[in-house]
Amino acid sequence: MSAAAVTPGKRYDAIIIGAGHNGLVCASYLARAGRSVLVLEAQGAVGGAATTREFAQGFSVSAGAHLLHMMPRALQQDLKLASHGLEYAASGLPTVALAADGRPLGVGPSALPALAERSARDAAAYGPFSARLGRFARFLHTLQDAAPPRLGTDAFGDRLALAKVGLRLRLLGRRDMREFLRIIGMNAYDLLSDEFETPLLKGALGLDAVLGTNFGPRAPGTVLTYLSRLAAESAVGPLPLAQPRGGLGAVSQALARAATAAGATIRTSAPVARIVVREDRAAGVELGSGERIEAAAVISNADAKTTFLRLLGARHLDTGFVRKVDHLRSHGLAAKLHLALDRLPAFQGVPPAALGGRLVLAPSLDYLERAWNHSKYGECSAAPAIEITLPTVHDPALAPAGKHVLSAVVQYAPYAPRAGWQAERARFTDSVLGTLEAHAPGIRALVTAVELLTPADLEREFGMTGGHWHHGELAFDQFYMVRPVPGAAQYRTPLAGLYLCGASSHPGGGVMGLAGRNAARALLKGAT
Amino acid sequence: MPPSDVTAPHYRKPLLESPFHARARELSQQDQYVPWAGYSTVDVFTTVEQEYFAIRNATTLYDLTPMVKYRIAGPEALDYLNRLVTRDLRKLKPGRVSYVVWCNDRGHILDDGTVFRLGEQDFRLCTAERQLDWLLDSAIGFDVEISEVTEEIAALAVQGPTSCYVLKRFGLAGVEKLKVFEIGEFTVGGRPIMVSRTGFTGDLGYELWMRPADALAVWDELMAAGRTRGIRAIGSQALNMARIEAGFLMPNIDFVNAEHTVRIGRDRSPLELGLGWLVEFDKPHYTGRRALLDEKREGPKRLLVGLDVAGNKPAHNALLYTDEAGYHEVGSVTSALWSPTCKRNIAFGLVEAPHFALGGTLWADIYLNRELVWERRMARCTIVEKPFFAPDRRRATPPADR
Repeated sequence: MSAAAVTPGKRYDAIIIGAGHNGLVCASYLARAGRSVLVLEAQGAVGGAATTREFAQGFSVSAGAHLLHMMPRALQQDLKLASHGLEYAASGLPTVALAADGRPLGVGPSALPALAERSARDAAAYGPFSARLGRFARFLHTLQDAAPPRLGTDAFGDRLALAKVGLRLRLLGRRDMREFLRIIGMNAYDLLSDEFETPLLKGALGLDAVLGTNFGPRAPGTVLTYLSRLAAESAVGPLPLAQPRGGLGAVSQALARAATAAGATIRTSAPVARIVVREDRAAGVELGSGERIEAAAVISNADAKTTFLRLLGARHLDTGFVRKVDHLRSHGLAAKLHLALDRLPAFQGVPPAALGGRLVLAPSLDYLERAWNHSKYGECSAAPAIEITLPTVHDPALAPAGKHVLSAVVQYAPYAPRAGWQAERARFTDSVLGTLEAHAPGIRALVTAVELLTPADLEREFGMTGGHWHHGELAFDQFYMVRPVPGAAQYRTPLAGLYLCGASSHPGGGVMGLAGRNAARALLKGAT
Repeated sequence: MPPSDVTAPHYRKPLLESPFHARARELSQQDQYVPWAGYSTVDVFTTVEQEYFAIRNATTLYDLTPMVKYRIAGPEALDYLNRLVTRDLRKLKPGRVSYVVWCNDRGHILDDGTVFRLGEQDFRLCTAERQLDWLLDSAIGFDVEISEVTEEIAALAVQGPTSCYVLKRFGLAGVEKLKVFEIGEFTVGGRPIMVSRTGFTGDLGYELWMRPADALAVWDELMAAGRTRGIRAIGSQALNMARIEAGFLMPNIDFVNAEHTVRIGRDRSPLELGLGWLVEFDKPHYTGRRALLDEKREGPKRLLVGLDVAGNKPAHNALLYTDEAGYHEVGSVTSALWSPTCKRNIAFGLVEAPHFALGGTLWADIYLNRELVWERRMARCTIVEKPFFAPDRRRATPPADR
C-alpha cells in the first residue's frame, strides 16, 4: 500500500479512481481475473466515506454510514472478507423507535408482542406486510445483482435481459405482480398509512424509506427507495443490521486486503487531477502531483458529476450527455453527528441492553414530513429525524475505557442552507442536541466533544458532489437503466476505456459493493 | 434576455419589424409577408420572376436582420465552437467566415449556419433558428460568454453580378479585394459597416452588418448607388429559387432540427445531407463525433442528392421510385424548381441506400392541377452533382467592374 510498490512507467490494465468500497470491490474482481490493477485514493486511508476515524482524542467513529446492512452475504464470502479480517462486533441488531412519552417501541419481527399491546391490528398486519415486501425486495435484488439492460437497442443481450426482468416480475404471481406495480410508484406515507395505525411504527418504517435521500415520506418514489433498501438487505439476511468491529473502516480495510491479496496495488494520498484522453480513449490519469500513469481502462468510483465534469471534462463529451449529467440531482440532506460521551447515556424507557441497537427518532410520519418541509425552503429541520447508534456498547475499543461514542444520522440538513452553514452549524447542532436531550435527559452534560458533518462537509471530505450518500438521488428518473444517465448506465461511458463503478451507478449507494462488482463484470465482458 | 422579462418586445408584439421594414412596406406591391424567426419579412415584393432575375443579372437587397445572431466570446470561445460544430475551426483565421453545421449526440443535424471570426476570442454565429438552449448547454465546462445579439445588428444581403460595383459606388472603397468568406470593416458617411463576402444565392454577393439606427440611410444610399445597375429589393421566394440552384439546404424544408423531430428516423446526419465535406475527424472532440464516425464506417442509410428531372414541371413533394410503375419507393423530393438560368428541371431528393449512386435513374411522381383536375406524371430523374449553378463570378477576386 505504499508508493514504493509501484513500478514507475508501468502501464496498468485498469486504474480505479477512489478506494471507496465499490472501487475496492471492483479492484478485487478485476485482479482476480488476472488484470493488473492500480487503485488511487485521494485520502490518506482507504474507504472513502466508509472509514473509521478519530473525531476527538481517543474517540473513533464511522465517518459516514455506521451500520453494515446492505453488503450481500455472498459478496462478503466471495471476497473472503472474514479471512481478511472483517469481524462483527454485533449483528442482527434490533431497532427501537424512541417516543416522547418515554414508551419506546421495538420494531421488527421479534418485537411483535410489544406492538400488539398498542395495536392488535398492526401486529397482525406486520407479518404479511413484511413477507410481501420481502418478496418484492428479493425480486428487486435480482435487478441489483446485474448490469441493467440498455433501452432502445436491437441487441439480443439487452432484449433478453429485459425479458428476464418481465418474467421475474410475472413469476411473483398475478396477485403480487399487481400489488408490486400498484405500490412501486407510491409514496411511503400512503402505503404505511394504508397498512398500519401506530404512529411510532409508521415513523420508524418511514425513516427507512427516506434515509439518505432528498425526500419526505409523502414524496412519490419513496416506496421505491424503501424497497431498494429492503432489496439490498434481503441478500444479507432476516436481521441485516450489523456493526463491524472497528467501525465501517474495518470493512474497507478488509476489502483493501482482499484486493491486495488478489494482486491489486493501492496507493493512498494520490489524488487524481484528471483523466488523460488520447485518440478518443481514456489512456490513464494525471495525479495532482503531475505524475501520469497509463492504463488500458480507467474506472471511476467518483460520482458521475465529478467523473464527467471535473476529472474528464465536458469537452470530451457530447452536449446532450453533459446536459443530462449536469441535471443529475445530487444534493444530500443527511448530516452526521458524532458525540464523545463521558459515560453511557440513558434513553427514556430504553432498557440498557437495547442501547447497542439502532435507535430511531421519527415518532410519526407527520414528524418526518415536517422535518423535510424545512429543507425544501433551504432551512435545517427544527425537529430533525435521527438514526442513533452507540457503537461503543458492542465495540468499547472505539473510546477510552468507560467512555462512549454516539453516532447519528440526522435529517434534514440541506446541502446549501439559505443562511449558509457558517451561521447554521451551531444552531443546527444545538437543535439536534436539544432533540436528543428530550429523549435522553442529561445527555448534553455527558458530551465532551461534538462533530457535525454536513452534506457540504461530506462533499469536501469525500469528494461526493452535493454530499449525497448515493452519489445522486435514487429516484425513478435516476434509477436502474437510466442511472446515472442514459449512455452511462451499464458502467461503460461514451468515452471508450472509461467506466463508472461507484454509487452513481446502478444499484446505487449504501455500503453494498454491487456497483463495483457489476462494473468489473462489465469491463471483463467487454474485453473478451 | 431573461425569459421572465415580460417587457421584452417579443411579448408585446408577436412579430417584430426589422429596421428596414419601412422601406420594405413602401416597395411591397403584393402585401405578401411571411414570419421568419419572430420577424415579419417580405415573401414577394413585385413578382418572383422579376426578383429572381435581378439576383442573376443585377443587384438585389434582401433583409437578413431576422437571421439569429449570437456573440460568442471569451478565452475558450474557439474551443467551445470547435466542440459545437463538425468542422475544424482552428483553421478559421480572424476576419474569415466558415459555413458550419452542428449535431446532437447521435450525429443528427440541429442547424446550419455561419461562424464569423471577428477576433482571436470573438465570434459571431448566425443561424436560421434560435439555438440558445443548445448553445448554453454546450457551454458547460467552457470559459465563454454567449449572448443573443439579433436585435442589435441590422443585416442586408447585397447579391448579384453587379453587386460589387454598386457597393463601390455606395462608398465601400476596396470591397473588391474581399475574397469569398472574408470579412472587411468599412465606414461610410461616418457609419461603421461590416461586410462579409457571403450569401445564400451562389452568386457574386456580400452581406452588410450595421447598427439598426443606420439601416434606413444605408438602404436609401444603396438604392441610389445601384439605380443604373437595376438594383431591386427581393423577398424570400426569389432567394429560395437561387439557393436551390446553388445547392444550399433550407432548414425545415430539406431537414428538420433533430431536437424538433418527433418520429423515429426523421432526423438527418450531415453525411446523409451530402455535407460530409463539413465533417472532420482530425480535430478535438465535438458533439456527435463518435456517432458520425460509426455512421461513416457503416455508410449513410440515405443521401440527399441532386436530381435532373425530365420535363419542365417542378417535382414538388414527389415520391421517388426505382421503377416507372411506381412500385418500389426509395425516397422523396425535398426541394424542386424549374431553374430559369440552367434551363433544367432540378430537385433535391432524399434517397435510401443503395439507390443514390451518381448517374442512377429514379422516377418521380409529379401531380399537376390542370383547371382543377389532378393528373399524375411519372418523370425520369437522373442523379446529378450539386450545385446546379456555380458561375465563376461568385469566386472571382476582384469581381468584374460593371
